[in-house]
Amino acid sequence: MNPRLYPLYATIGIFLFACLVCYIQFPFMASTRVLGNLLTDNAYLGIVAVGMTIVILSGGIDLSVGSVIAFSGVFIAVMLRDSGLPAPVIMALLLVVTTLFGAAMGGLIHALAMPPFIVTLAGMFLARGAAYMLTIDSVPIVDPFYDRLQDAYYLMPGKGRLTLIGVLMLASVAVGMIVAHRTRFGASVFALGGGVQTARLMGVRVGRTTVGIYAFSGFMAGLSGIVFSVYTGSGYPLATVGTELTAIAAVVIGGTLLTGGSGFVFGTLIGVMTMGLIQTYIVFDGSLSSWWTKIVIGGLLLLFIVLQKGLLRLTTTRLASPQAGAPV
Amino acid sequence: MKLKTLLATTAAVSLMGLAATAQTVGFSQIGSESGWRAAETTLTKQQAEERGIDLKFSDAQQKQENQIAAIRSFIAQGVDAILLAPVVATGWDSVLEEAKEAEIPVVLLDRRVDSADDLYLTAVGSDLVHEGQVAGEWLVNEVAGEDCRVVELQGTTGSSPAIDRKTGFENAIAGHDNIEIVRSQTGDFTRSMGKEVMESFLQAENGGADICALYAHNDDMAVGAIQAIKEAGLNPGEDILIVSIDAVPDIFKAMAEGDANATVELTPNMAGPAFDALAAYWKDGTMPEKFIQTESRLYTPADDPQAEYENRKDLGY
Repeated sequence: MNPRLYPLYATIGIFLFACLVCYIQFPFMASTRVLGNLLTDNAYLGIVAVGMTIVILSGGIDLSVGSVIAFSGVFIAVMLRDSGLPAPVIMALLLVVTTLFGAAMGGLIHALAMPPFIVTLAGMFLARGAAYMLTIDSVPIVDPFYDRLQDAYYLMPGKGRLTLIGVLMLASVAVGMIVAHRTRFGASVFALGGGVQTARLMGVRVGRTTVGIYAFSGFMAGLSGIVFSVYTGSGYPLATVGTELTAIAAVVIGGTLLTGGSGFVFGTLIGVMTMGLIQTYIVFDGSLSSWWTKIVIGGLLLLFIVLQKGLLRLTTTRLASPQAGAPV
Repeated sequence: MKLKTLLATTAAVSLMGLAATAQTVGFSQIGSESGWRAAETTLTKQQAEERGIDLKFSDAQQKQENQIAAIRSFIAQGVDAILLAPVVATGWDSVLEEAKEAEIPVVLLDRRVDSADDLYLTAVGSDLVHEGQVAGEWLVNEVAGEDCRVVELQGTTGSSPAIDRKTGFENAIAGHDNIEIVRSQTGDFTRSMGKEVMESFLQAENGGADICALYAHNDDMAVGAIQAIKEAGLNPGEDILIVSIDAVPDIFKAMAEGDANATVELTPNMAGPAFDALAAYWKDGTMPEKFIQTESRLYTPADDPQAEYENRKDLGY
């Protein structure tokens, strides 16, 4: 068995275990309602985490996404209120803006050979500031197109709602899986995560790939912003503070190596679902402090980091002493 | 899925166990950003316990997305009612519609939403203008026609409590020409700013000799101002009358020591009236009014401030 798959198995194992624990304590949780809620409530997080997975696979990080989501919501709300443009046009415009924003950060990271941490930190402040420039209030979105998006759901048996945004999240994961694991661009991302020098020697066009990675993340953040605005029906500059860190946590719990080069987009979906499940469990319980969500996520993160370190050691010792290892 | 079928029997047993309990109410609280909110949480839990209600509490950590997710979980759980203290006014339409479709009544606590009012059962809250008015009326009665120069410590500039409490007070003293607000500045609802601004008031008003009363938009600023008055060598509560709003424990302590004269309570017990309305609704479907105003009670040294302090100090303020 490929040791690279261990983290993914661990993720899926933990998720199934968590499902079981929830089910034993609260049988109600095995309902389509809870399933629908999990998908809907975590739709924006799942989408942004797909972008984050690509970034982390390349060995980078994108701290700007939480602010970009807030900016997106405010941008849409204010444009709908003031410009009179139809909602789909505004959404398309927004996606162009956030994609370019991501591409610009990628360009800076490559051109200046700056750590992504610093550049996207600047991006985080910029996007949050821009959101505040547009408005300091929470702006409601009143639009017939939005009403249709909010009411678009398939009623599953048992009254659970499979909402449009939930489906969009699953679709984003599928697209992310294809991009990461089935395209040339994806191969370049993995190569970059293994080390810039080796990637260059392998013939990866580093600059172009870096710009592409952050543009993709920017696009996903914009899409996530649209989903969030559908979800809340408003734009609020203070929204989704710290979501970038939650997304990073989901990616790592999903079995992706924080240093890059190894991981799975599908694992990220499981990571997001695990976090959603913990939150649901705590609400169902009703007496636990909601901060336990953070504590459990922190514990899981730690577990995965240790696990990854152990696996790394395992694979390196195998390489060092081939006679002890299994045949490749 | 297979595991789930395996455990179906265990499920059925525990399901019956759950169904046997009393009414279940989910409470989505904003967070615990202030002492008042912590007291609200404590009192809501107490009220639920007294009435035998099983309360599911969820702290949203100031995030709307957490509140929406919590409400959806409450709906999935099939609770009998939901209490919501909304962090912002916008963005509740779809989740409130879901609750309505599931026939779960939602009661808003202390803050309002901009959704249509058929999406919630009722809202429980305080009338901020009325609070200011109660404070003003107390002063009118207290000075009984004598001339009184008032200094005012406002709340955070532009915030609705500051605007409304100012308006209410002004309404109450309108028509009483003996009372005049001579200075009014913001103390940002904080103790330190209250002290600082009071110091400048004292300097500007002849060392405090020309000031007859202080009206502070919250107790914290009043407590800071009391400190400043003492440092200026005056006797708060006698040389300068002190009236403020909120009724937090510390103002009762000051009142017990004779340093403060009156406070208007912003009760953290929003859940009591909410549960009353819900009980009536559960019993025979009685629809309450769309807004239930909580009492803005006036407290003076005649109300045994030491006992009030003891009552409140463990609520989490």
